Amino acid sequence: MKLDINGTVREVDAPPEMPLLWVIRDLLGFTGTKFGCGMAQCGACTVHLDGQPVRACVTPVSTVGARKVRTIEGLSPDGSHPVQRAWAEADVVQCGYCQSGQIMTTVALLEQKPDPSDGDIDAALSGNICRCGTYVRIREAVHLAARLSRGGAK
Amino acid sequence: MTLTRRDLLRNGAAGAAGLVVAFHVSSGGRVAAAQPAPAAPALPPANAFLRIGADDSVTVLLAHSEMGQGSWTGLAMMVAEELDCDWAKVRSEHAPAAPVYAHPVFGVQMTGGSSATWSEFDRYRTVGAMAKDMLIRAAAARWKVSPASCRAANGVVTSGKNELSYGKLAEAAMKLPPPKTVKLKDPKEWKLIGTPVRRIDTPEKITGKAQFGIDVQFPGLRVAVVARPPAFGAKLGKFDATAALKVPGVEQVVQTANGVAVVAKHFWAAKLGRDALRVDWTPPEGGGIDTAKQMAEFHAKARTLGDVVVDKGKVDAGLAGAKTKLVSEYEFPYLAHAPMEPLNCAVKIDGDRCEIWTGTQFQTVDQLVASKILGTTPDKVTIHTMFLGGGFGRRANPTSDFVSEAVIVAKAAGVPVKVVWTREDDMRGGYYRPAYVHRIQAGLDDKGRPVAWDHVVVGQSIVAGTPFEGMMMKHGIDPTSVEGLAESPYLESTGAIRVSLHSPRTAIPVLWWRSVGNTHTSFAMESMIDEAAHASGQDPLAYRMALLKEKPRHAAALALAADKAGWGTPPPAGHARGLAVHESFGSIVAHVAEVSVDQGRIRVHAVTSAVDCGLAVNPLSVEAQVQGSVAYGLSAALYGKLTLAGGQVQESNFHDYPVVRMFDMPKVTVHIIKSGAKMGGIGEPATAPIAPAVANAVFALTKQRLRSLPLKLA
Repeated sequence: MKLDINGTVREVDAPPEMPLLWVIRDLLGFTGTKFGCGMAQCGACTVHLDGQPVRACVTPVSTVGARKVRTIEGLSPDGSHPVQRAWAEADVVQCGYCQSGQIMTTVALLEQKPDPSDGDIDAALSGNICRCGTYVRIREAVHLAARLSRGGAK
Repeated sequence: MTLTRRDLLRNGAAGAAGLVVAFHVSSGGRVAAAQPAPAAPALPPANAFLRIGADDSVTVLLAHSEMGQGSWTGLAMMVAEELDCDWAKVRSEHAPAAPVYAHPVFGVQMTGGSSATWSEFDRYRTVGAMAKDMLIRAAAARWKVSPASCRAANGVVTSGKNELSYGKLAEAAMKLPPPKTVKLKDPKEWKLIGTPVRRIDTPEKITGKAQFGIDVQFPGLRVAVVARPPAFGAKLGKFDATAALKVPGVEQVVQTANGVAVVAKHFWAAKLGRDALRVDWTPPEGGGIDTAKQMAEFHAKARTLGDVVVDKGKVDAGLAGAKTKLVSEYEFPYLAHAPMEPLNCAVKIDGDRCEIWTGTQFQTVDQLVASKILGTTPDKVTIHTMFLGGGFGRRANPTSDFVSEAVIVAKAAGVPVKVVWTREDDMRGGYYRPAYVHRIQAGLDDKGRPVAWDHVVVGQSIVAGTPFEGMMMKHGIDPTSVEGLAESPYLESTGAIRVSLHSPRTAIPVLWWRSVGNTHTSFAMESMIDEAAHASGQDPLAYRMALLKEKPRHAAALALAADKAGWGTPPPAGHARGLAVHESFGSIVAHVAEVSVDQGRIRVHAVTSAVDCGLAVNPLSVEAQVQGSVAYGLSAALYGKLTLAGGQVQESNFHDYPVVRMFDMPKVTVHIIKSGAKMGGIGEPATAPIAPAVANAVFALTKQRLRSLPLKLA
C-alpha cells in the first residue's frame, strides 16, 4: 500500500491491521514517533493525519488511506517551527521521550486555537503523559508558541 | 545471573579511586559511608573525557547517563568553565563503559543517588583546566613564547599579536604531557557555573532525532518480545510455539532463563507471535502474594519489635509518662517506575565480543553480567549508552534484568536482537518500590513536644540479596529502609527514641525508586509531626520551627517556602495549605501545597518550594528537577498503587495505573536558597516531601487524616 508521509509517498508492505506507529518506526525508520503504551493512553505516538492529531499506536495502517501523515520529522528539518522554538526557549525537555508527542499535539492545538487558554491546554494536552513532569514548562511553551506563531514567524 | 561483591571489586573500580561504597548517602555525610580511600589518584586522563576537534568543536564524554536530569548539560558546563571555550561549540556524548569512567565515589560506572553533579564537580572542572593548560603550552611552543605570556578565552589562545583557536592547537596539545597539577578558578571568576544555562540536548529532542535505546536499528537487527512469568514466583513449564511461528514476520522462538522469546522482523510481528504462544506456567509456591493479606501481616508485624536501628533513652517509660500519646500507622503500596520509554535492549554477539545498545544507569554491572553469560571478559563487552527515556532507578538493576535477558535471547537466536518490552510487560515485570507499613507511637509533653518516639518500619529491603548487600547492610539493617527517619531533625531533642525494622523477604523483585526510602519515611515523619502539631493545638509551621531550632538549613527552607506561599494569610475560599520539609541526598527541600477538594477529588493548585542543595551549578536545571520531582511524587500521592493477587500484578497500563497529567499539574514555584553548604543532589530530593505536604493540606481542609498512599478521601 502507499503512504503519504511527510510529503513523500512511500510504498509499504504491511499487514492491514499493523498499527501506523510500527509502520512508521520499524518499516520506514522514522523513530522520532515513540511507543509508550500501545493503547492510546499516553500520547507518545501522536502524529497528524491531514492535520488532525491521532494516536498512531491504535491506528491500523489500512485506515490511513490517502490522508497525509505528518510526524515530528516532518515539522521542520532544523527545529525552526514556532512550537519547537518555544520548546527550546522554555527549556522544556528532560528525558525527551514524550516530547515528539507533546509537540505534535501542541501544533494541532494551535492550528485549531491560535490563542489557547489554560483550560484549552489542559483539554488538549492531558492525553500526553510526561513522567519527568515537564508540564509546567510545557504550558509556558504552548503560550509562548502561540505568541511566536501570531508574530508571523514560521 | 547473579554477580558477587567480588565481581564488582575485581572489575568495577580499577583506575578510579579504587573504593566501593554504598550508593546510599546518609545525611550524616557521604565520607562516613566510604571505605578508607587509598592515596588520591593522579589527575584524571583528560583525553578520556574531552575531545577538541579541528573544527573547534568541544566534545565532553559523560561518565553519567542522561535520563532527563540534565547531566548532559551540567557536566559539560564544568569542563567549559575551566576550559574557557566557546559554549556554543560544546556538545556531549555518553562515554563507553570502561573503568576510567567509574563513579568517583561509588566506584562503578553508574548514574544514581542524585550524585552526578556533586561527585563530578572536581573531576570535570579539572579536565577542563588540564586541557586549557595543554592548549596554552602548545601555543607557546608554536610561537616560541613563554606560556605565561599566553591568554586563553572563548576558545582562542592569544599572545601579543599571535592568535590560534583551540581547534588549531588541539592535535599538538594532545601530544603534550598532561600537567601534574592545575589550579581551578576561584568561584568569583565563574562565567557559566551558577548561571541559568539551557540544555544542550534540546535540538535533538525537539526534532525526533535523539536516539533512545528503543530507536536502535541496523541491518540484520531483529526484534523480540518475551513471554515472562505471569506471577512472581511462577516457573516456565512447557510451551508450544506452533501458532507463533505461523505469524508472518516471526522467525524464531527461543527460551530464556524463565520465559519464551519470539524473534521477528519487527515489533508488531514479535508481539503478535508472543500473544500466539501457548505457555504453561507452574504457579508460585504457596499461591503467591495477595496485597490485602500481605498488608495485614505487615500491620501485625508493626506491633512487634524489629531489628533495632536506634535505641536511645527509655522509650516505654517515656510513652507511659507522656501527657499525650499518639499512635498512627501509615501504609504504602508497591509502585512501578513506569518510565515513558518501556525497557528495551539491543545485543549483537560476534565471537567472544558483544555490543549492547541500551539506556542504562548501570554500565559496569551490565558489562559484568553480559560477560558472565557469554563466558568472556568485561572488556569484550561494548556498551553504547543511548538516551534514557526516563530512569527513576529502574534502569539501575543489580541483576541487569533487561540486559541479561537480551543477551540470552541474542545468544540463543544467533542473530542480533533488540528485546522490547510492552507497557504491560514493563508494569508487571517487577522491580518496584516496595510496600511498607510504619507504626509510630509518639509521647508528647505538656507543650506538645515529642519526648518519646517508638517507630516500627516493615517492608522489603531493596539491597538484601544483591551484590551490594555486604557493602550497604550492617547488622541486617538496610539503611535505605529507614533513611530520613533514623536521623530525623524533628527528634533532635527527643530524649527517648526507638526505631526498629522488619525486612520480610518475598518473591516480589524490588528496587530503588526516585528518592528511595525517603518516599515512605518522609511521609510517615511529616504526617506524624503534623498530627502532633494539631493534637497540641499549634500552627503546623510554628510547631515545626520550634523543633528545628538547631537545624538552621531545614528551618530556613521551611520558612522561605512558607513565606513565599503566603502561610498565615487566608488561602482562596475552599483551599487549604499544608507543608513538609525533608533532607535527602545532601539537599533540603520544603514544599507548601495548596489544595482543594472537587467532587471528592483532591486537587493540588500550587506548590511553593524552597531548596537548599548547596551550590546550584545550573539553577534552570535545579528548577526543572524540582518541578519534575513534584510531578513524580504527586503521581504516587494521588494515584500510584500496584495490587497483587496470587503473585500477579493486577494493573497493566496507564488506564489502571494513572499518573499525573497536565490537568493535575499544579503551578510549581521554586526558590533556590543561596547556600554555602556542601553540594547535594537535586534529581530526587524534591520527590518525597510532596505527598505529606498534600496530605497535611487535605487535613487542614477536611480534618481527614489520610495515612495511606495513594491519598483517598473517605
